[in-house]
Order: sequence, then C-alpha cells, then structure tokens
Amino acid sequence: PAETFHNLQELRHSASLANKIFIQRDYSEGTTCKFQTKFPSELESRIEWTLFEDTVKTLNNYYAEAEKIGGQSYLEGCLACATAYLIFLCMETRYEKVLKKIAKYIQEQNEKIYAPRGLLITDPIERGMRVIEICIYEDRGSSGSSSGSSSVSGSTAR
Amino acid sequence: MHLGVSESMRECEYSQISTRSSTPMETPYKKRTSRKRKWESFPGRSKFYCDGRIMMARQTGVFCLTLVLILVTSGLFFTFDCPFLALQLTTAIPVIGGVLFLFVLGTLLRTSFSDPGVLPRATPDEAADLERQIDVANGSTGYRPPPRTKEVVINGQTVKLKYCFTCKIFRPPRASHCSLCDNCVERFDHHCPWVGNCVGRRNYRFFYMFILSLSFLTIFIFAFVITHIILRSHRNGFLNALKDSPVVVCFFSVWSIVGLSGFHTYLISSNQTTNEDIKGSWSSKRGKDNYNPYSHGNIFTNCCSALCGPLPPSLIDRRGFIQSDTLQLAPPTNGITMYGATQSQQSHMCDQDQCIQSTKFVLQAATTPLLQQQTSEPVILTTSPENGGSLPGRTSLTLAGPCTSLPLGHPASQDSLHEDSVRGLVKLSSV
Repeated sequence: PAETFHNLQELRHSASLANKIFIQRDYSEGTTCKFQTKFPSELESRIEWTLFEDTVKTLNNYYAEAEKIGGQSYLEGCLACATAYLIFLCMETRYEKVLKKIAKYIQEQNEKIYAPRGLLITDPIERGMRVIEICIYEDRGSSGSSSGSSSVSGSTAR
Repeated sequence: MHLGVSESMRECEYSQISTRSSTPMETPYKKRTSRKRKWESFPGRSKFYCDGRIMMARQTGVFCLTLVLILVTSGLFFTFDCPFLALQLTTAIPVIGGVLFLFVLGTLLRTSFSDPGVLPRATPDEAADLERQIDVANGSTGYRPPPRTKEVVINGQTVKLKYCFTCKIFRPPRASHCSLCDNCVERFDHHCPWVGNCVGRRNYRFFYMFILSLSFLTIFIFAFVITHIILRSHRNGFLNALKDSPVVVCFFSVWSIVGLSGFHTYLISSNQTTNEDIKGSWSSKRGKDNYNPYSHGNIFTNCCSALCGPLPPSLIDRRGFIQSDTLQLAPPTNGITMYGATQSQQSHMCDQDQCIQSTKFVLQAATTPLLQQQTSEPVILTTSPENGGSLPGRTSLTLAGPCTSLPLGHPASQDSLHEDSVRGLVKLSSV
C-alpha cells in the first residue's frame, strides 16, 4: 500500500475521498499565525501523533519566522518605504520567501509521510490561512489494506 | 428503463420550472474555452480593475473627489505660487513640494488599490465541518441558531471570536466584517470612503503614510501660500494676492488632516485599531483588568511593528485562474455531494440559507438508497461535472444550495437557488 500511493496524483485519482478534517488556528498568542497541535481523533488510526505534531510544529515555526518583527524586517520595511515600495517589483518579501519554503516542506511531508498513509495535507495559504486541511483517502483498490482501516470503513459503510 | 423514465421526467421539469435563459448543461462547455480568473467570481462587493490587479470598494466617488482636491490644490500651488517663491526665496521649495506631492499620490494609490487583508470565505467543506462542530456543541438544530461565539485567551485577556454568517468562518481576533465591501478584513481599522477602500492589515501603513505626508503637504502649501501672499501684499495689496491661491481649501483640510494624523499616531503607538478605539474594547473604563493584549509594551515597538513589520501577502489570489479540476467530493455520509471550487459564489441569504439547508437534509434522507443503484448520471443538475469521467462509482448529487458553488461565476439569485431545491424535491419524490 505504501508504494501504491507514492505518486500523489495517483492518490487523488485512484483513491476516493473519505473525509476531510480541518486543523483550526490557535489564537492564544494573538493574531500571529499558529495552528492547534491537538491531535484529531479521525487520524488516530492513520498516523502516529508524534509525526503529526512534528509537522504542525514545524509549520508554526515557519510562520513565526515569516512574521517575526526584528532587525531584518525593520530593514526591509524601511528600505521598501524609501524606495516607495518599488523594490518589491524585483525582490520578494521575506514572507513570500518563507511561504515558498512552507510549500516545499508540505510537498515533501506529503510525499514521504502522509501519502503512504492515505492522507494529504493542503497548504494553509490555499485556505486563506484559516485551517490546515487534511484529506483522508480510502483505499479503494485493496480492501482493508491500509493500517487500522476499521474506523475508515466504518464511516463509509453508511 | 429507470434512466429513460428519469430523463423524460427531467425534460418535463425543465420546461415547467426553468426560468433561466441558458440551461446549466450549456454553460460548462461555453466556459471551458476561456479560463476565468478568481477575481471574476469574487463573492464580496469589491470592484476589480486592470484584470484583478487593482481592488477597491464599490463606491469610488469620494476617492475621485480626494484625488481632484489634491491635484487641484497642488496644481494651483505649483502654477501660481512656486514660480514666485522659487525666484524670491529658493528653488528648494518646489522641489520639496514636488517630492511631497509624489509621495502623497503614491501612498494614496497604494492604499486605495491594494487588498486590505480580505479573508477568503470558507470552502463548502470547511463550512460544513464548522456547522457540524457547532451543532454538536449546541445539541439543537433550530431554524435560526443562536449567535455563535468562541472565547479565546490572548495574553491573559479573554477575547470573543464571532462567527461570520456571510463568510462562514470564525473571525480571527481583530478582524471585522465590512458591510460596505461585504468582506471580512483582518485587523480591520475602518472603511475609508476618501480612499475608496477598507483600511486593514495590509494597507494600514500606506494609509498612515498617506495622511501623514498629506498633513506635511497641506501645512507646506499653506505656509508658503501665506508667505507668498505676504510678500506680494507688500507690493500689490492683500486682496489681490489672495485670489489665485488655494488658501481656503488648505485652511480647512489642514486641521482635519492633521487631526486625523494625530489620532492615528496615537492608535499606532498603543497598537489599537479605530474599530477597537471607538468601541472602547481596551479602555480601562470597562474594567480594572482591561488592557490591550496586542500591545508590545512600549511605543517604539508598537510603531515599528505597525509600520515596518512584515507585509503579509494577499490571501485572495485575485489573478489566479479558477481551477475547474479541484472538485472536492464529500461522501454521501456528509449529506449532499457538493462541488467546491476555490471561490464560491454566495449571494446574501439569511432565511433562504436556512430553508435551503433544511431542504438539503430532506434530499439527503430521500436519496441515500438511490445512490448505490445509479451511475454517475446526475439526478439534479445545476452544474455538471467538468470531468465527468473521473467520478468514482458514487452518484453525484448536486444541489444548488448556498454551499454549492457555481464555479463558473454565475451569481446565484436567491430565487433560482430556492427553485432548484424545490425542483430537486419534486424530482426525487417522483422517481
């Protein structure tokens, strides 16, 4: 089963979408972008919580880095103001650079960890930074081959 | 035979009830040839220009007035006062004036044309997920559910997050829904008609620089116009010199603009928004322990973070193309299978919303046994699948509810959506 879903495109077409879960934002530290690390119950049978927590914590760190107010961001801000923001025609903002890193990280995580388990993470930027959307796929090809499929088959038996 | 019956019934349905000029089957084929950008099916009331590069509020009349006032005042100054002053005093005067004028225009245009930090509306799946969570929490499904709030503790202060019925999200702290633009805006300050746009997280610094530089410009012009009048009145007389000068406009605007700059300087240094200040959210009058949880503690950090902090990117991706192949199929267990395009077209529905939701539940109950038998032929059709071949062996039952997006950008009127739900009910009861 791990090899079956190694190709993400293949995953989307051959498997059928069983459920989608949404990891909401954690606003306990203000308006900075941070996602809740609470492990959702639907994933209990699909993935180890340490892997999940790791992914979310790394994403949170990336966002914190993007929104960090410090020497470098001030420099960028002042330089941009001095050039009447025309500098952004040729240069990316730091936020955009970090977003690119995040996209790469998510792609990598999907390929290595989530797709083999029949899961797929959607980049939060595509959902307006509100949620991390995780698609749970049901393996249609092989019956009950994915680990702990009892909860999955239960939900689709209706 | 089963299919034949349903097809003939469908024909009857369309001839009886359909009021739209083009049937839904035609539109996908027409649109397939021209790809639409996301701004074209943006659900809010914002206006877009230059193929999605410029984003403004719907009413831009006052913005034009602002532009005219600035241009006319500056124009008069440069035409009538500058030559005299450049000769009499120094050429630095028109130069500095020119720089200030360009800076004012630049920041004004930047404020007016950029995305203030609009939060995109929830996708149908997200909205459904939230609804489920709320229903579980409430334990009741009334026709009009009570206002939904979530409490969160930020830096020791309890903040209430409100649910936005239009955008179907829980608003992040400091976000607010602008009724004029019909969007939720992050760190909503206010809707400024002079600038023709909301002022929010992404354009607040430009707005502040605009009013600050405009104050300098008006004071500059005012001062040098007075100087000009004084110098001239030594020669010609006071009244003669008074004509041809933009003194009157400057006089009134100086006080209001300078006052506004002062007010916003105070807001920035205490890290508050106009919205919060007006409501008195963090005022000590509310309670002894009431303080602003977002403030960094000192004025300098507050100012720096507001003006020189990182600029977040726009979340609405105006110029991206609508991807017709990102069809998300929810399983029949969720209710009705819905197509989720990245931007959903939602009209303003309050009670219709609830009516359609309940209709959806009825349909779900009625059609569940049918789903296993039929192939991918849609039972109720408002939007047909773009890639019908890739549907799995489940029936796709589409309902034009508020959550169902019409991914091809047709605004759904309340009547036609309601109509479709009714059509669906009639369809199913007859099969």
